[in-house]
Amino acid sequence: MNKEKLVKFLTSLPVHITLIVLSFLWTLPTLGLFINSLRPEDAAKTTGWWTVFQTPFDFTQLTLGNYISVLTEQGMGEAFINSLTISIPATTIPILAAAFAAYAFSWMEFPGRQIIFVSVVGLLVVPLQMALIPILRIYSATGLTGSFLGIWLAHTGFGLPLAIYLLRNFIGALPRELFESAFLDGASHLTAFFRIAMPLSVPAIASLITFQFLWVWNDLLVALVFLGGTPDVAPVTVKVSNLVNSVGEGWHLLTAAAFVSLALPLLVFLFLQRYFVKGLLAGSVKG
Amino acid sequence: MASVTYENVSKIFNGEVVAVKDFNIEIKDKEFMVFVGPSGCGKTTTLRMLAGLDKITEGDIYIGDRRVNDVRPKDRDVAMVFQSYALYPHMTVYQNIAFGLELRDVPDDEIKERVQEAAEKLGIPELLDRKPRALSGGQRQRVALGRAIVRDPAVFLLDEPLSNLDAKLRVEARAMLQRLHQDLEATFMYVTHDQVEAMTMGQRIAVLNAGELQQVDEPQTLYDEPNNLFVAGFIGSPSMNFFDSELVEDGEDLYIDTGPFRIQVPDEKVEAWKEAVGKEVVMGIRPEDLHDPGYIPPDIVPDRVKAEVDIIELLGDERDLYLRAGDHEFLARVDPRSEIEAGETIEIVFAAANMHLFDAETEQAIR
Repeated sequence: MNKEKLVKFLTSLPVHITLIVLSFLWTLPTLGLFINSLRPEDAAKTTGWWTVFQTPFDFTQLTLGNYISVLTEQGMGEAFINSLTISIPATTIPILAAAFAAYAFSWMEFPGRQIIFVSVVGLLVVPLQMALIPILRIYSATGLTGSFLGIWLAHTGFGLPLAIYLLRNFIGALPRELFESAFLDGASHLTAFFRIAMPLSVPAIASLITFQFLWVWNDLLVALVFLGGTPDVAPVTVKVSNLVNSVGEGWHLLTAAAFVSLALPLLVFLFLQRYFVKGLLAGSVKG
Repeated sequence: MASVTYENVSKIFNGEVVAVKDFNIEIKDKEFMVFVGPSGCGKTTTLRMLAGLDKITEGDIYIGDRRVNDVRPKDRDVAMVFQSYALYPHMTVYQNIAFGLELRDVPDDEIKERVQEAAEKLGIPELLDRKPRALSGGQRQRVALGRAIVRDPAVFLLDEPLSNLDAKLRVEARAMLQRLHQDLEATFMYVTHDQVEAMTMGQRIAVLNAGELQQVDEPQTLYDEPNNLFVAGFIGSPSMNFFDSELVEDGEDLYIDTGPFRIQVPDEKVEAWKEAVGKEVVMGIRPEDLHDPGYIPPDIVPDRVKAEVDIIELLGDERDLYLRAGDHEFLARVDPRSEIEAGETIEIVFAAANMHLFDAETEQAIR
């Protein structure tokens, strides 16, 4: 190691140490949960999770029994499927709709465009809780309560303003000449949307998917209000909160259920983060 | 048959900003027409109205005999090359060039053939699989051209296509564009702020300023007979020297009195300029019409003026003298063999027959 590198290493050392300590502290509780979710009931209840490190190579003290139990006996498996049934449409519908709207707000001329956009964005300040009762009354009248369609629509409505706002900023910032060039090439607005705007908005859409998916997946309130708690439709959040009541002392089961519920969002995040790339527009305009 | 006609065309943005004012021009079929003017003069807006990207506020535009005011951009049979190239960054060069054909439902094998042909014409067949970000500026510019020529449109619109290239590439690209124009037999409309590009490429040049058409003519005519002060100053590099002066009569002869010196009006101009006697005028003369007294071309009527030499710039093939006479500062481009030194007072030679005269008030040429 030459001198220059050594100096660089030493000056950045405090930063690195701070970061490592912070991330360690931050993940410690999660690690504890994870280890407890793998321990048998007796052990989890009587000793702390850190005791596994007294005999780190004794794998017999760990078990997958808790997971098997929550997924089958406790109905987490079914809840997991329900959560997927809710989350996937409740993510794709609003984002697709928002992308269409964002394109129109950016590149289509129509009267009142600015006013409509401002009012949509203005809806961001309305707290979701205010809308629960009126919507629930409409749902009861139309028979949408307790149905998946109802909760898809609810999540779509609640998610749209932010999605439109973010995508409008992104799509509106794409170079104007790209679209003009496409129109001269013979593209309609629909073609320009699918062939130009969408492919170039992948980074924005990927981050929106992550947010919307996490929000819908972790949502308890909207699900409880519009779906109710019956096992055939309850998502994992409802299930976990029920477990807290029914097996309140069963830490080993709660921790396992928690990890079942956070596994998928983690995967979604890890998978989509590779799309958060900059420089997608490189080479388009300017030399 | 793709002539282009602008009839009383105006463009007003937001009801107040006048970008183009009462614009009339007829561009012939297969002509290479250049629109030139300083930035903000409305030349790009003029082009964009023809493409259909900006709405026409007043007047009519015709392509051939067809009025295109309300025709959608894609149905106007025009292709445009943007200053920024506007390549689709997520598509390969092939896809970029093929895009327009694909949208027009051209069969796949024909697309392949035409893209290949266009790429060969531009010398980029080996780049077809690359994405725009992997191309140099010059290559991107060619792809942008390829996207235009592959559609075989009646009119090509080029909006400062060379301004992002470095000087050497620009010269090559100029030649390439002219070759393309000959090959394609289409009407070209070319917008630039660079009068060198305009002079070298245009069959005719339209000079614009502040949204108004100043003059349309062949390059040599623009250079020799500018209609007004603006055109005189804009066309030609270095630009014309101007002297605020007065036209005075002295016996039989006319003189241009600039204050520190007088120049006799050559006989052939006396008749035409006589009407302006007593008026405030602006005399213009190009730097290349001022000569070192040691190297006077044989065919001119010399008229000598005392001037001080401030600075000398050597350009190899010529010498630029920055001169001062009284409170007039002006530039002379003289023979490179000249041995004049800075600080000297010399008798610079005016080729008086090449003087231009403008009305100081209307700024129009007096002829």
